[in-house]
Amino acid sequence: MRRFLRPGHDPARERLKRDLFQFNKTVEHGFPHQPSALGYSPSLRILAIGTRSGAIKLYGAPGVEFMGLHRENNAVVQIHFLPGQCKLVTLLDDNSLHLWSLKVKGGVSELQEDESFTLRGPPGAAPSATQITVVLPHSSQELLYLGTESGNVFVVQLPSFRVLEDRTISSEAVLQWLPEEACQRRVFEMVEALQEHPQDPGQILIGYSRGLVIIWDLQGSRVLCHFLSSQQLENVSWQRDGHLIVTCHSDGSHCQWPVSSDTQQPEPLHSSMPYGPFPCKAITKIFWLTTKQGLPFTIFQGGMPRASYGDRHCISVFHDSQQTAFDFTSRVIDFTVLAEADPAAAFDDPYALVVLAEEEIVVIDLQTPGWPPVQPPYLASLHCSAITCSHHVSNIPLKLWERIIAAGSRQNVHFSTMKWPIDGGTSLAPSPPQRDLLLTGHEDGTVRFWDASGVCLRLLYRLSTVRVFLTDTDASESLSAQGEEEWPPLRKVGSFDPYSDDPRLGIQKIFLCKYSGYLAVAGTAGQVLLLELNDEAAEHAVKQVEADLLQDQEGYRWKGHERLAARLGPVRFEPGFQPFVLVQCQPPAVVTSLALHSEWRLVAFGTSHGFGLFDYQQRRQVFVKCTLHPSDQLALEGPLSRVKSLKKSLRQSFRRMRRSRVSSRKRPPGGTPGEVSLGQPQPNSLQMQTAGTKAEQTGLQNMELAPVQRKIEARSAEDSFTGFVRTLYFADTFLRDSSHHCPSLWAGTNGGTVYAFSLRVPPAERRMDETVWAEQAKEIQLMHRAPVVGILVLDGCSIPLPEPLEVAHDLSKSPDMQGSHQLLVVSEEQFKVFTLPKVSAKLKLKLTALEGSRVRRVGVAHFGSCQAEDYGEHHLAVLTNLGDIQVVSLPLLKPQVRYSCIRREDVSGIASCVFTKYGQGFYLISPSEFERFSLSTKWLVEPRCLVDSAKIRNHSHPNNGDSIGPEKIVGRARNSGSQHDGEGKLVAGLVQAHLTRSLLPAGVLKEIQSTLEGDRG
Amino acid sequence: KCRDYRHFGAEFRRFSLERSKPGKFEEFYGLLQHVHKIPNVDVLVGYADIHGDLLPINNDDNYHKAVSTANPLLRIFIQKKEEADYSAFGTDTLIKKKNVLTNVLRPDNHRKKPHIVISMPQDFRPVSSIIDVDILPETHRRVRLYKYGTEKPLGFYIRDGSSVRVTPHGLEKVPGIFISRLVPGGLAQSTGLLAVNDEVLEVNGIEVSGKSLDQVTDMMIANSRNLIITVRPANQRNNVVRNSRTSGSSGQSTDNSLLSCSQQIEPSFEPEDEDSEEDDIIIEDNGVPQQIPKAAPDAESLESLTQIELSFESEQNGFIPSNEVSLAPTASGTNTEFEAHAADQKLLEEDGTIITL
Repeated sequence: MRRFLRPGHDPARERLKRDLFQFNKTVEHGFPHQPSALGYSPSLRILAIGTRSGAIKLYGAPGVEFMGLHRENNAVVQIHFLPGQCKLVTLLDDNSLHLWSLKVKGGVSELQEDESFTLRGPPGAAPSATQITVVLPHSSQELLYLGTESGNVFVVQLPSFRVLEDRTISSEAVLQWLPEEACQRRVFEMVEALQEHPQDPGQILIGYSRGLVIIWDLQGSRVLCHFLSSQQLENVSWQRDGHLIVTCHSDGSHCQWPVSSDTQQPEPLHSSMPYGPFPCKAITKIFWLTTKQGLPFTIFQGGMPRASYGDRHCISVFHDSQQTAFDFTSRVIDFTVLAEADPAAAFDDPYALVVLAEEEIVVIDLQTPGWPPVQPPYLASLHCSAITCSHHVSNIPLKLWERIIAAGSRQNVHFSTMKWPIDGGTSLAPSPPQRDLLLTGHEDGTVRFWDASGVCLRLLYRLSTVRVFLTDTDASESLSAQGEEEWPPLRKVGSFDPYSDDPRLGIQKIFLCKYSGYLAVAGTAGQVLLLELNDEAAEHAVKQVEADLLQDQEGYRWKGHERLAARLGPVRFEPGFQPFVLVQCQPPAVVTSLALHSEWRLVAFGTSHGFGLFDYQQRRQVFVKCTLHPSDQLALEGPLSRVKSLKKSLRQSFRRMRRSRVSSRKRPPGGTPGEVSLGQPQPNSLQMQTAGTKAEQTGLQNMELAPVQRKIEARSAEDSFTGFVRTLYFADTFLRDSSHHCPSLWAGTNGGTVYAFSLRVPPAERRMDETVWAEQAKEIQLMHRAPVVGILVLDGCSIPLPEPLEVAHDLSKSPDMQGSHQLLVVSEEQFKVFTLPKVSAKLKLKLTALEGSRVRRVGVAHFGSCQAEDYGEHHLAVLTNLGDIQVVSLPLLKPQVRYSCIRREDVSGIASCVFTKYGQGFYLISPSEFERFSLSTKWLVEPRCLVDSAKIRNHSHPNNGDSIGPEKIVGRARNSGSQHDGEGKLVAGLVQAHLTRSLLPAGVLKEIQSTLEGDRG
Repeated sequence: KCRDYRHFGAEFRRFSLERSKPGKFEEFYGLLQHVHKIPNVDVLVGYADIHGDLLPINNDDNYHKAVSTANPLLRIFIQKKEEADYSAFGTDTLIKKKNVLTNVLRPDNHRKKPHIVISMPQDFRPVSSIIDVDILPETHRRVRLYKYGTEKPLGFYIRDGSSVRVTPHGLEKVPGIFISRLVPGGLAQSTGLLAVNDEVLEVNGIEVSGKSLDQVTDMMIANSRNLIITVRPANQRNNVVRNSRTSGSSGQSTDNSLLSCSQQIEPSFEPEDEDSEEDDIIIEDNGVPQQIPKAAPDAESLESLTQIELSFESEQNGFIPSNEVSLAPTASGTNTEFEAHAADQKLLEEDGTIITL
């Protein structure tokens, strides 16, 4: 009978589900993967970054973020903001131009693509004739000058992208005006530089690659003057007053040319090769900026001596006697200098240098002596060392939050105190309702603490575990840094450092108790560190304990890496989290699970061999349990080919992701039906992953020829890795009888076994005197033998047990200890609810048998209703290997909603997912970017921001086209005074809402808008 | 009336039966045990037919046959099951024993042809079956594979491929899942019901269309203890030909019929029903493994629950962990669940061997 009642047809429940769940990908944190272009609008004070996969991202003040994606998956080559407008033009590597604009909708700005255009030559012309090399948006706001490979400059009218053929500046036209000797020596090559006269919009500068630079009079269509250099031209900078031109060249030199129409300069006024006399690399871009003090700034990219420093990625700043070559760890994509934006100002007075490198963004404060870097509030390089794990803690108590920030601020003393200079737009997002921490573990043994409360993922504190251990590369490293020569004046900047001293230092599991400030961190070589937050620097020895997980097994050999050697004696630790206990598992296999109970002062850890419990109050091991199957020889011999290949496959999948992101960023997740997914981390497909990269590359094409096969075989108990401990869980529940509850530890293995240990923890007053005692109480073997990925105990009211100390801090109701508890075991294939203390199966939900999907991540989340303030439910958030996110109800295990979230091929994305306690989550979309998503209607962290076009008008040229639109309403409202500020936005929002909903004619709408404006003006 | 004598080790017994009313095999078996005073010993029963062959008696049919061949005596042979020589049965078995000479002269002769052990029919179990023939279109075949223990692999591989479907828009190529290889000696091959290039349409009642190869693999593995796969055999010549009505309607377009069929049969394939053998094992306090009973409130599982409790009890020699006993007063689940525990309690009390810790 029951089976005919299909779930989900109760209309009341359906309504409630709409109030509880919705899926949104809200914001991307971190640094864009593979950036390819940089743009900056001095008037909007907004930075734009384009990527090789065709995405553009705009950043202003913290919280002001926009993201756009080109329909074509081509790399963004150039980004240009149109002067005085909320518009920008992008050039892709397929030679297409795209016009984007920030439009206000419903009170917030949105980035959208308006128009696209590809320049076409006359029929039969070579493709290079229209290959765009330089774009110059003219200050008239209507024209775009396009320099091409053929040497012609085309003129296009905006926003329609209409080509004005009669205005084309062809190389032949230019030739007429040049004296004989210039024509003979030079052939016209591609246009390398296009600039508008800083003061006179009627003149533009055109630089050709062979070294010719001309100034063209737009009205008279004639050459005003020309300059000829003997070297290939790379770029040009025009001094603010228009009297001087600085050119940079492929031989690493730059030249200054005075501009005057009467005398033609055959030779430059001044020429220099900053890093000569030996052959140097090209200077690809140069800025010449004047200051009130008199001496200009010369800032240029490249130009390093070819032989000795040709491999460096440098940007040099020369000012007065100060000279620094900022040395970046990754390739420099582009850079810009933030200077006085008001064209009427007499000097540039640069204040910041913004450098977009391949892996990070670096901002240098040019006003403070010593030119210190500015800490970016966003665009953090998450991957400065590769991320190996992540852990999210919701709702951090203010006390702990402040202590972490205090510890972090001491680490950031080398940063400039300058306010973040890119501060365009206004963030309208409400301040985050709670403080959330995202902890990332890295390959180099560090843990980074990120403020994940809002739109900006900000680094709060960085913890390094390296000091606890003796590593080979300690002293020598710093010595070599010291021994650097004084010329060129190199200075390393940026935090991107992908090289790990020792892969064993890698962090694998993190567990933070937000109430007590205790932190447990576990790594690749079986190390488990317990850390305590201390506001003072301290010097103490770390207690070392060995946990022999193979106690009762004889004659096994470990062929894997050795355990890390710990420092003996006292070690000095800086303020922050300081280690006090180091447990090292033997054999030193990677720690696969970790749990900390700060109330009982116990930490549990598991590897592929077993698990152990450690009492960190008495600093004593309570017990260890070997989970190995006697026949499981493989696990004993070392970090198994599989573990090795996992790392390799991760690297490969990143590589693959890079490739596939180019082609599939916009493709809906899930792929096409029937598609073979290369990277499922399943035993069956592992062989494929271990295949070499080359084979893999060709494999994609050969897929048609040699189809992939999958073996169908029932799992046997003897399969290796059954002992791998996947999950550990502490619970105060009824383990032996239903009248007494006691502390318990639960462990789930890869082979579908659940162990339960009952614990006796002495009361607080005798905690140091009596020992903690543990005894195995139960062992459950799931018949389907799938890996256990989650264990949870529900109290008598079917609510998940609270976290340790949560009740003590009055942040949770105490659990119901009267009714009967239930045990939820989540395996990769099934969800099962058992009764406690007598274990009988009560309910189950099979996932794999029906859909073929497997559980990859599971988390309990509280879903609040968007309608009723105090209504909420606890459910399971589940991520499957297909990249689907589902909500499964507690305690009845009914699937509630399901959304496709991650592409199923994106193994590393799926593996990196973490859920928060309030229905949000994070996963890596690239090595350097977290995507934040939300399943909740109530908890939504997304950028809501406004970019004000009215503000621009003050700064820009007076001959602006008057545009009537919602932006203007908002702009006026903001100008009319602070009290009206909120109201104005609200009204604008309402108008916008009407605009979208009603089908009124456009004229009527304009009338309504102008009345609204009039009322307020 | 017939007379019989039989031999059991060195024992010979003779008794009589009513030839016209032989009764059932069960009764006869009980009678044999009674006559030999071996009430708890499993035995194999055989008889010598008129040709001198030793043939088994293990069901009503061959028992009746045996009785009818009594002329007038029926020689019955009884062997203890654990000591039984299965090769004794079969054609010429009684005669062959006389042929000792050939064995002595050519001893390797015997070794070359090891006798294939054929167990008794009641020891057979199904390994596969074709099911739902009446509701499936002729072009499809639904095969059930029974996986017992782990001794024999399921033994087949699947791959991606494409098949042609009839759609409202005409013929369309759609992706599909196919059997790509059968492992020699595997269960799949031994059934003869599955073959390379058969298209897999459903797994345990769930259509595979739209699912990836890995998904289908996982579904099959998750259902491997009771795998039901619906295939469209590559070789369509061995199809069962049914009455003309169905063949007329589904002769050409296979897919429309598939669609309607799968909808019809779906309720009967609720996988929740197939769980009887999937009970997890629990070990309490390092004790003896035990199947986890279901706490489902229906009568059937209540029965099975009590049975399991009983067997558990006997294995434990009357020792019962305390939590078993003290459960009843505090159990606050559903009413039926409470009853289940109450039933435990009653049983335990009857036995009277409980030791409360």
